[in-house]
Amino acid sequence: MSVKINRSKCVGCRQCVEVCPGNLIKIGSDRKAYIPHERDCWGCTSCIKECRFGAIDFFLGPDLEGRGTKLSVSRNENGYVWTFTDIHGHVRQISINAKDANRY
Amino acid sequence: MERKRIDTDVLIIGGGTAGCFAAMVLGKSPDVRVTIAEKAGIRRSGCLAAGVNAINAYITKGHVPQDYVDYARHDADGIVRGDLLLSMSERLNHVTKVMENLGLVILKDENGEYVSRGWRNIKINGENIKPLLADAASAQKNVTILNHVNITDYLTVPADAAPENHADGEFIPSGRRIAGAVGFSVNEPLAYEIHAKAVLVATGGAAGIYRPNNPGFSRHKMWYPPFNTGAGYAMGIRAGAEMTTFEMRFIALRCKDTIAPTGTIAQGVGAKQVNSLGEIYENKYGLTTSERVYGTVEEMREGRGPCYLKTKGISKDAEESLYRAYLNMAPSQTLKWFEGGQGPSEENVEIQGTEPYIVGGHTASGYWIRNDRSTTIEGLFAAGDVAGGAPQKYVTGALAEGEIAAESILKLLAKDAKGSVQKHLMNAAGTNDVALTKEADGLIDAYEAQLSNPEFLMTTEEIEEAMQKIMDEYAGGISTAYRYNEASLELADKHIRSLEALVPRLAAAAFAENTDFPEKDPHFQAYVNSVYRDGQIETVLRPLIAENGAEACGNEGRVPG
Repeated sequence: MSVKINRSKCVGCRQCVEVCPGNLIKIGSDRKAYIPHERDCWGCTSCIKECRFGAIDFFLGPDLEGRGTKLSVSRNENGYVWTFTDIHGHVRQISINAKDANRY
Repeated sequence: MERKRIDTDVLIIGGGTAGCFAAMVLGKSPDVRVTIAEKAGIRRSGCLAAGVNAINAYITKGHVPQDYVDYARHDADGIVRGDLLLSMSERLNHVTKVMENLGLVILKDENGEYVSRGWRNIKINGENIKPLLADAASAQKNVTILNHVNITDYLTVPADAAPENHADGEFIPSGRRIAGAVGFSVNEPLAYEIHAKAVLVATGGAAGIYRPNNPGFSRHKMWYPPFNTGAGYAMGIRAGAEMTTFEMRFIALRCKDTIAPTGTIAQGVGAKQVNSLGEIYENKYGLTTSERVYGTVEEMREGRGPCYLKTKGISKDAEESLYRAYLNMAPSQTLKWFEGGQGPSEENVEIQGTEPYIVGGHTASGYWIRNDRSTTIEGLFAAGDVAGGAPQKYVTGALAEGEIAAESILKLLAKDAKGSVQKHLMNAAGTNDVALTKEADGLIDAYEAQLSNPEFLMTTEEIEEAMQKIMDEYAGGISTAYRYNEASLELADKHIRSLEALVPRLAAAAFAENTDFPEKDPHFQAYVNSVYRDGQIETVLRPLIAENGAEACGNEGRVPG
């Protein structure tokens, strides 16, 4: 359970550093974000929701039956679009309108 | 290490659910200076980081606050404070309305009524609930937010002997008055000495005491935030506050591996708990929170595991709704369904119990408080997961407690302004200013000593794992199916003396975790309280307190429909 920070997309804005509830994300000497201890991640996805540059992906560790699928999130005017990309490149998306309440 | 002094009227330790709401309430009194010290950033910190998808403490039409009190009492086998639960329950709907006004989306029917999931639950889109709360707290002009500042110790002075501070029923003042706190920045070598007239402790409960469900890479994939380390409990214990009900651990029933909540499946699609033979076992053991876990543990012990929530056969529509519901509060579960290639309509959801947590928001562990949320340390108030006696708070209960505590703090400060009883206290604090700074300096010196110790052989992580192993094996963790006995607890005690107050003691439990005493003992229809005094933990049994604040006799709980 952890996140991967894509350094080519990261602009070093520090928003992920600011919001991580575990203070787990740091800014390196190259001014990009990195997570020194991946296994400390709770998996709350705060950082990927707050990143405006789509630079952070979420994945399940192999001990949780993670098989390489990456989960990313982008925002649009209606809410979030969650994108799942498996190791074969197959993509599945779920859009959630921020005005829609949970049905369950 | 640089040192910085801050003077404020009210210090809120922990900018989570209760802390942010309290700050918002205090914002209505612009003359009162408020400081929130939060160890992460309040926008996404605490229990609400990932979001929630229901308000689980709400009084729906046809019900009254007393129904909620009765439900919580039944669920905790009677070991609750009726007065605290009632004052909390009376505000559940009000704080929900406040959240809706802040922008929380709540599902409504065609008549504009909230849609309920059960008699005490309503459906929301709570992905953004923490940013809404954080924005509301930040918007107050008199509220200063210190993000990334971790508070470690209280500063206290001797309390005066004003008549109102004498023993009040079951509340025996500690003899200390709060004067502030000491902490450090997690980002830079900077220590804080904060002086305050009143302090609200609103930190989280404690995860990480026991060996967690997932070892290794996913060790922090737990239900309760792994960053809630119980610091608020530790500060209270060390300062001599009376604490209650630490033996009542919270063990949740969760989706296996991801440790995601199960209520959304159980209540949302009506999925029953089944064993590997396909038998529905939940009715055999009962439906309280602890009975649901107990039944699952028993089925596994008797060789009928793994256990599941029976979702196979639900509609594709229902499945899609579950995917969305989990993305709004526990995205790892949706991801796991996709990784496995089979959704809940095709495969039942495997369930398990979590490691035990200490959390006053679900069970009754925490500070021993009066109905106004004041602790036995004068001027120190508690709300949310650190406040004892009022389980089943969920989000709205924590908000309600934050509001009650904030109102009580305003009353205290108003008295102070009139120069009545509290003037004496503030003078006492004033004359102790030099002593306080000396105390703060001593604590900050300890940080520096810790940081500069080149001889330190072991890391805190190694010590944490050693503690979790001891607790797991000797104090009723997952590996012993949550069971312990006197001999095993003595071993745990021997190995973890410094955590003495947190070691579960012989006490009433909702089910037979204590194998020396498998039957319920009416003697323990009481609160097991503890006070740290002169280096020793003293345990005190206090009688049950009813809704009107009077002593109650025994468990009179009933379950509302």
